[in-house]
Amino acid sequence: MIRLEARQSVPGWLRLAATAGAGVAALVLVAIPIAVAGVGVFDAYALMAKGAFGTVFAASETLTRATPLILTGLAAAVAFRAKLWNIGAEGQLYAGALAAVAVGSGAISAPPAVMVPLVLVAGALAGALLMLGPALLKLRFGADEVVTTLLLNFVVLLFVQMMLEGPMKDPMGLGWPQSMPVTDAASLPKLMARTRLHAGLIIGLVLAVGVAILMRRMVWGFEIRAVGENAAAARYAGVPVTATMVRVALISGGLAGLAGVGEVAGLKGYLTSDLSPGFGYAGIVVAMLAGLSPIGVIVAAIFIAGVFVGADSMSRATGVSNYLADLVVAMSLLCVLLGGFLTRFRIRLRRG
Amino acid sequence: MEVLDILLTVNFWAAAIRIATPLIFGVLGALICERAGVLNIGIEGIFTAGAMAGWMAVWAGADLWTGVGVAAAAGALFGLIHAILTVPLGLSQHVSGIGVTLLASSLSYFIYRTALPDVTTPPRIEPFRPVELPVLSDLPFIGPALFQQTPLTLLAFVMVGVVAFVLYRTPLGLAIRAVGDNPAAVEAQGLSVHALRIGAVMAGSGLMAMGGAFLTMSAFDAFFFGMVNGRGWICIALTVFASWRPGKALLGALLFGAFDAFQVRLQTEVGAFLPSQVFLMLPYLLSIAALVAVARKADYPRAMLTPWFKGQR
Amino acid sequence: MTDRAPVLQLDGITKRFGPLVANDGIDLKLAPGEIVALLGENGAGKTTLMNILFGHYTADAGRVRVADGAGGLRDLEPGSPAAALAAGIGMVHQHFTLAENLTGLENIVLGTEPVLRFWGGRAEARAKAARLTRESGLEVDLDARVDQLAVGERQRVEILKALYRDVRVLVLDEPTAVLTPQEAEGLFAVLRRLAARGLAVVFISHKLGEVLAVSHRIAVLRAGRKVGELETARADRRAIADLMVGREVAASRRAPLEPGAPVLEIDGADVAASDARRALHGATLRVRAREIVGIAGVSGNGQAALAALIAGLAAPARGEMRLNGRPVARHDPRAFVEAGVARVPEDRHHDGIIGAMTIAENVAIEDIRARGFQHWGFIDFAAIRARAEAAIRDYDVRCPGPDAPARLLSGGNIQKLILARVLERDPRLILANQPTRGLDVGAQAEVHRRLLAARERGAGVVLISEDLDEIFALSDRIVVIHAGRLTEAGPPEGLDRGTVGLMMAGHGREDAA
Repeated sequence: MIRLEARQSVPGWLRLAATAGAGVAALVLVAIPIAVAGVGVFDAYALMAKGAFGTVFAASETLTRATPLILTGLAAAVAFRAKLWNIGAEGQLYAGALAAVAVGSGAISAPPAVMVPLVLVAGALAGALLMLGPALLKLRFGADEVVTTLLLNFVVLLFVQMMLEGPMKDPMGLGWPQSMPVTDAASLPKLMARTRLHAGLIIGLVLAVGVAILMRRMVWGFEIRAVGENAAAARYAGVPVTATMVRVALISGGLAGLAGVGEVAGLKGYLTSDLSPGFGYAGIVVAMLAGLSPIGVIVAAIFIAGVFVGADSMSRATGVSNYLADLVVAMSLLCVLLGGFLTRFRIRLRRG
Repeated sequence: MEVLDILLTVNFWAAAIRIATPLIFGVLGALICERAGVLNIGIEGIFTAGAMAGWMAVWAGADLWTGVGVAAAAGALFGLIHAILTVPLGLSQHVSGIGVTLLASSLSYFIYRTALPDVTTPPRIEPFRPVELPVLSDLPFIGPALFQQTPLTLLAFVMVGVVAFVLYRTPLGLAIRAVGDNPAAVEAQGLSVHALRIGAVMAGSGLMAMGGAFLTMSAFDAFFFGMVNGRGWICIALTVFASWRPGKALLGALLFGAFDAFQVRLQTEVGAFLPSQVFLMLPYLLSIAALVAVARKADYPRAMLTPWFKGQR
Repeated sequence: MTDRAPVLQLDGITKRFGPLVANDGIDLKLAPGEIVALLGENGAGKTTLMNILFGHYTADAGRVRVADGAGGLRDLEPGSPAAALAAGIGMVHQHFTLAENLTGLENIVLGTEPVLRFWGGRAEARAKAARLTRESGLEVDLDARVDQLAVGERQRVEILKALYRDVRVLVLDEPTAVLTPQEAEGLFAVLRRLAARGLAVVFISHKLGEVLAVSHRIAVLRAGRKVGELETARADRRAIADLMVGREVAASRRAPLEPGAPVLEIDGADVAASDARRALHGATLRVRAREIVGIAGVSGNGQAALAALIAGLAAPARGEMRLNGRPVARHDPRAFVEAGVARVPEDRHHDGIIGAMTIAENVAIEDIRARGFQHWGFIDFAAIRARAEAAIRDYDVRCPGPDAPARLLSGGNIQKLILARVLERDPRLILANQPTRGLDVGAQAEVHRRLLAARERGAGVVLISEDLDEIFALSDRIVVIHAGRLTEAGPPEGLDRGTVGLMMAGHGREDAA
């Protein structure tokens, strides 16, 4: 007879194995729709792998795609640690991008040493302020932040469209609803010739380390973990729960806002209303795959970015819809959830 | 045109009810799940899956009611995934719900794209037609507003009664209400907590998917990407607003529909002065406002979000 | 032992939770019309045994058999409450299993009707419930929502729930914990009446007095084993007590001390709560240094509001509060910690520890912002580790080490951890809310010793407890709480338990005495 036995504590290697297993399981499960679509499963995955990591350029594209995912992944990881369900990274990303364009497309002119930090701060601030609202509504009125952040995503996107068709529209844009371009002085520097890699990646990596230090080594991180694990006990012991929640909301929103800054000031150069193909939502999957570990977010973001880039390339070659990538992402989330459950048990075989 | 004139037209009320219909299905579905203690934010994806599955069935040659059945079955299937993860396994209802939303929408889009790789304009089906009811449809004013709707709208109204009856007048409803309040009470009386919750989530998800099916089989006649557009999340907010009661759910959905229809008409009146997006934002902002207004005193089912494990200490 | 054919028989029941053996080969027999008391300290395994009987848990070994109606016994399907109910076993849990959003009648019929029945009213059910109410004397409004009922009424609904199913065996788990001594008397009368009609009753308790009052036969459990069984009529109080505890427990002794300056003064404080009975109304309380003030009362009479006030979690809507002679400026847990208040929460699992965090982090949580434990916002891990190691050593916290997650600790060790956290700061005032509930005898004695030691070091203590023995053993003064009002009862030496019991039921000091 096979029985499940609860473990007292889950060793670190097992957590890693569960995450990796979840990624693999998602790919295996998604093989079914690939096969149904009439394409060889191994060919499809080989094309995906090649498209994502096969050449230096492919790898650079994957890292470029991973850049916003690291930041939205960190946004979700910090918030979820405190059990603040920020599902609004998508909207915060757009808010950050909008602020970056507002500041960085000619309204202010200054040397790059001033402009770059300025657009970063503006974007982070916009994202943070956007998340502050739902956090305060939760703390003050008990309004579920899942619903408010989700609904705000739609509001922000409409607001962006409104700005792009109105006051922020580029008069030189041939009628397309797009913003004025970000000036050279305000643009994030490129990292490598003939690739689209930009300094946003460095910012993401540095912030991942920074968040790791915050969560593990600092009093604020201690308080965030305490509030997330048991808010009642934290409050009883004198941890400032409300202040901690507000802090988490600002940090989380700010990180997502920075993702938007990177996309406009580092990659696209201007803002359109289709800037993000769901980076905010994918950030949730990244955070969960990483087990909410900030360093893990880097790895998970590269995996998810690889799936997106690889699926695009595979789709061009085989005609299989690139919605396959979203399918892998969704499956990964469900599999990692299930994997987390399985690690809490050990399987015992016994007679009788 | 004056505000009062808008409110007094038949077309306005007919539109309000049309807009409310998918929300009625959605709120009823969410309400059943939550009454049993399970938050189902897979709703947005389940709407999409229902819209796609129902439309696809009819496009492939099934009749309309079969299409509705297919949609409900698809919804129940995604509900089952959510239920397995959150009920016997007790995993995070938030994360599982997001996962189900992502899975259901991406799978719907993938299937649609795979079945129809090259179309530029979405193919159309012959949708539900408004039904003429004897006597009722001929009543002045309320006849055209209320009784010249499609059968799915009428079904939504009927479902309000059915759900209310089941919840408040049958032993099954008693058990569902109890399991969302105190699962221990249900287990101590010899009923299965897990079976009740899984069943409720599947049934609720089936209803949600019918709301999605209304979009492609009644409101429109084709499937578009992003056509659900936050309606699922709005239902979650309206469920709190309705304090988990079917009657109030109907009222909330109708108020919302009226507001939405009103803003559309307002837009045509004063659209010259304000960008259209301002009006499009209003439904979302209204939902947030409705949630905030009632959240403090909302009587959440006590066991909501809390998994139940048998025999654990 | 009885000669009548048993209605229920347990043989060799064994149940383990990880390394803990909760039940170790327990046998028990029960005849119709008999009230058997299952007596034992907290943690002796009484509730586990009954949960196995009722199918909440599955035993690792042993069998449960019930009368088959033909004079023999048949096996009861393990792990199924439905099977237990069908076999005529009903259970009244210590934590009521009532859906509070339903009425009493709805709770009673829940699960008794076919789930997929769609028509038909409840006239028959209502008539049966009303008849049972009349016959048993369990008066309660069956059409009121349960959240509108008082605790005693909820218990009556629980018992009716079992009777409605025509049970042959009724198990009551610590039924008197939520009752005044007078209400408990009423319950005993009901049980005797039911037993006289042929119902077999299992009465779980750790209170010797009430077991002697109500039962026909006593089975004593200790550390998971049945250590004795005897007829109540022939039982010797002293012998049973020794059997139950297993060793002489030196009763905690209060050395007489002269109280010092007031450390806590509450004047006419009102604190709101979900319902008026649980709120605090015009509470006045004074606690001096080197003094233990015991707050006696039946659960749900405003203790939580009083504790929240003293813990800094709630601010009074009216009235004044002074700590160490100074008016309280901020009603905030951290301000109270800094003012030298040590707080031991009622629900130590829920409010006391953060299970996923380490033992070291849990010990340090009140101090984490203090100089010495952090520099520029960076935690000094060496310092919190050293503190945790000292706590583990000095308070004998049994654990794998300071870096183990706190959820691995047993209830007694969690309490030691909390005591180490709050007492090592040399507090001037200690709030101990139900500090020994659910602990075994050894851990209880340890908690008592720590509180008495803190008193000798000069702290004032507020002891909130539903255990009158504990209140009488430790308190320098007893204050009774009833429906949110505090009444001074005086030093325990001049009091008898009956007087305090009547005061707990709402009688004044004068007419109680």
